[in-house]
Amino acid sequence: MSVVESIPVREDPTPDSSSAVVRFAGDSGDGMQLTGSNFTQATALYGNDLATFPDFPAEIRAPAGATFGVSAFQIYFGADEVTTAGDDLDVLVVMNPAALITNLKDLLEGGLIIADKDAFTNRNLARAGYTTNPLEDGSLDAYRLISIDITKQVIAAVEPFGLSHKFAVRCKNMWTLGLVMWLFDRDKQTTIDNLNAKFAVKQDIAKANIAALNAGNSFAETAELPSGIEVYKIQKADVLPGLYKNTTGSEALALGLIAGGQLANIPLTFASYPITPASSLLHTLSAHKEFDIVTFQAEDEIAAVCAAIGASFAGSLGITSSSGPGISLKGEAISLACATELPLVVVNTQRGGPSTGLPTKTEQSDLNQALYGRHADTTLPVLASSTPGDCFDVAIEAVRLATKFSTPVLLLSDGYLANASGPWIIPDLNDYQDFHVVHETNPEGFSPANRDEDTLARVWAKPGTPGLEHRIGGIEKDFETGDISYDSDNHQKMTAIRKAKIDGIDRFIPEQAVSLGSTQGELVVVGWGSTFGAIHQAVKQCRASGSDVSHIHIRYLLPFPANLGELLKGYEKVLVTEMNTGQLVEVLKSKFLIEMQQLNKTSGQPFKIREIVDAIHSLLGGD
Amino acid sequence: MNAPEKLTLKDFATDQEVRWCPGCGDYAILKCVQRLMPELGVTRENTVFVSGIGCSSRFPYYMNTYGFHTIHGRAPAIATGVKLANPELDVWLVTGDGDGLSIGGNHMLHVLRRNVDLQILLFNNEIYGLTKGQYSPTSQLGTRSPSTPDGSVDMPLNPCLFALGAGARFVARTIDTDTKHMTPLLRRAHEHKGASFIEIYQNCPVYNDGIFDYVKDKKTAAETRLVVEHGKPLLFGADRQKGLRLNARTLSFEVVTLGEDGVTENDIMVHDETSKPLAQMLAELKTPDFPEAIGVLFCRPEQSYVDSVYQQISTVRAKKGIADLNLLLREGHTWQVE
Repeated sequence: MSVVESIPVREDPTPDSSSAVVRFAGDSGDGMQLTGSNFTQATALYGNDLATFPDFPAEIRAPAGATFGVSAFQIYFGADEVTTAGDDLDVLVVMNPAALITNLKDLLEGGLIIADKDAFTNRNLARAGYTTNPLEDGSLDAYRLISIDITKQVIAAVEPFGLSHKFAVRCKNMWTLGLVMWLFDRDKQTTIDNLNAKFAVKQDIAKANIAALNAGNSFAETAELPSGIEVYKIQKADVLPGLYKNTTGSEALALGLIAGGQLANIPLTFASYPITPASSLLHTLSAHKEFDIVTFQAEDEIAAVCAAIGASFAGSLGITSSSGPGISLKGEAISLACATELPLVVVNTQRGGPSTGLPTKTEQSDLNQALYGRHADTTLPVLASSTPGDCFDVAIEAVRLATKFSTPVLLLSDGYLANASGPWIIPDLNDYQDFHVVHETNPEGFSPANRDEDTLARVWAKPGTPGLEHRIGGIEKDFETGDISYDSDNHQKMTAIRKAKIDGIDRFIPEQAVSLGSTQGELVVVGWGSTFGAIHQAVKQCRASGSDVSHIHIRYLLPFPANLGELLKGYEKVLVTEMNTGQLVEVLKSKFLIEMQQLNKTSGQPFKIREIVDAIHSLLGGD
Repeated sequence: MNAPEKLTLKDFATDQEVRWCPGCGDYAILKCVQRLMPELGVTRENTVFVSGIGCSSRFPYYMNTYGFHTIHGRAPAIATGVKLANPELDVWLVTGDGDGLSIGGNHMLHVLRRNVDLQILLFNNEIYGLTKGQYSPTSQLGTRSPSTPDGSVDMPLNPCLFALGAGARFVARTIDTDTKHMTPLLRRAHEHKGASFIEIYQNCPVYNDGIFDYVKDKKTAAETRLVVEHGKPLLFGADRQKGLRLNARTLSFEVVTLGEDGVTENDIMVHDETSKPLAQMLAELKTPDFPEAIGVLFCRPEQSYVDSVYQQISTVRAKKGIADLNLLLREGHTWQVE
């Protein structure tokens, strides 16, 4: 896709808007993620709908002032339904020159820059690649600039607490947060509570941070800001009633797995190996031993999936998790689970690739791997979650399919979903239909090859059950007895039934619905996974301006819902939008033999709404 | 569970035709294990055999218990998963020198380090049998094979030394056809809580025939075998007149003969299976300079991994009380929209 070169002009530059996009950017050690999450909390309380996008470097602590070490946190909030972290920035907060130079391109003309001028030293300027100081040379004239000696202000504000210079300067982020909170009329109290809780045993640090927060807030309030800068009044959102919390995709996915285990009434064994951006799932689940779950950090990716398979053989549900490169390593073992027809859930939190690629950035380029990335005919269900909250439901669905059909299931998430947060109506587990697993216990007529007539799932008999002793393994098994068989007709039959079992899952999943729009028309935008928010907004905008365009978002990527082909044929044009070079579009074309257009992006950043709107306009002509 | 009935060897044998080559050492091991099972008083339903890939790994198909013939090298990881899911199961792991020490070396290292409560039988025939005779990581230097027609040039690995290095708490060695030696050894391995590692010298009659004849042949065995027993002097030889004396200056063993040069039994090193340095020295002994040690080289139990995992879980559960997902979902910062 083409990159938009010119700076878009903000249509409504007054602070009296229905929405705003704010980005905090600084060194990876500047505490930008913490600043962002506190601002997010205050914004949710204020009553805006919101979405966030943490964007941090792979380096844990890059050298101070380096452009590659810039860590950013973006939040889009407003009165209307918000489903992406926003396209262009209204406000950019920069803690140093590197943060300015790497983020300025996303700021709207007329947008507001808040900069710590104390950090614009000759050394930092040179490190970022500036020959003159942009705060002083007029190069930022297209924007509104608040250049404040934040470092000096902070040191003065925290002086009573006797912190060392190093610790005093670390309160910079809270000072800045205080200022931005004033700008958007946010309440500081939740942040103060958070600081008191976080530094409960280090009272002086808590007090200093709170003092910095208050100082930044009063600095803005006492009219020390340049004229023309006033409080933004972002209208409150009209959202569905309910009890809300902010969640990241990885948190919701972890809780969804626990929920799935409860609905299936089966213990979980979660085995994983650390990899960015998938590790948070292991962290979250390891902290919840009070549930019926055992977590295991294995020695490598292969051991992780194998331990999960061993657990499933023993009667628990084995779950493993990784990102693309790790899933590659698990491939052989996933095929073993296909051959032995054991339940298994494999979560892939995708990242930019190939190889190490962009570990902290997002991409959807592991779809082909999920569908085909193993030896032999090993078809298995593939699901994708579309929003942070949706990760909860998709995790439950993965557990349901794995246990109902005795099969490995691949669940695709991605780096954006894992880390991004958004308000989520907290689900009530009582609203979910349970799907209790029943292990075989009856020795009468038992064979390990027995199948459920309806689902074709192989019987699940766990060790410890008298009379059902049996052997399974990777060698082909006899259709009737489950004993080793090298018979050619038998292999044909076994291959066919393994495939038929997976193909038949489309009878047990919901039909494909249209997310937005109608079931036929001029154009449909098709997506899967974390592109949901951007496609939804783009389609909504285009429909509002009269375009005949609809949105279909596919959760079940294998097998597809039974009605998908017919549904797609109802539109004159189909646009498949993905963060890869065109993987789903190839599958859809070969399966349904429909002509399709594609919109692809592989920059490691999520789609912007505008990019999809432009593609819709160019396909529909006019505009 | 049913009241324990008296089981026999036959109860532990399956109806599957055993498909190892005639004369394979695996037959003897299989018989020994099948015969041992009823003596251990275990039930068929609580016993699980897990294996990887290779000739030895066909073992589970012949045991009428639960069994899982998995993929190459990964049996330790799969067995760990089985134990994590159900610590009550009695899990045996059957592997070979290629499966357990080449492709699966990493998993073997970690299953031993973690001390997962398993009996690990490593059939060492110093060759890849199922893939038709390539040299393995335990093959002697100079082994001629299809992949090393001019002789192998890399140094072999010593399985027991590897196990000790990995932190195994029970390390033993025995010989495929010596049922008398193997049976009590396996019984002890079974009693041991934690990972028990047993290297079994195993003859491959097709690709590496006779490789262990020097310790098996009755004519030479007395000179080449050092049967170690805890608390007993390290004596060997036809009339047990030879022994190992520690040379404290070089920190090495020397072979001495009782009655020669004033050597008495007091000069002979006494086996202490709780001593790791001693176990390492014993594991390293090689013919022709020394007899090779068989028996329990090392045994010093520690809490097993899975026990520790469940201990931690019960501590957390006792502290946190009854888990309620609906409550957890509502924890943290929430807000109501009317």
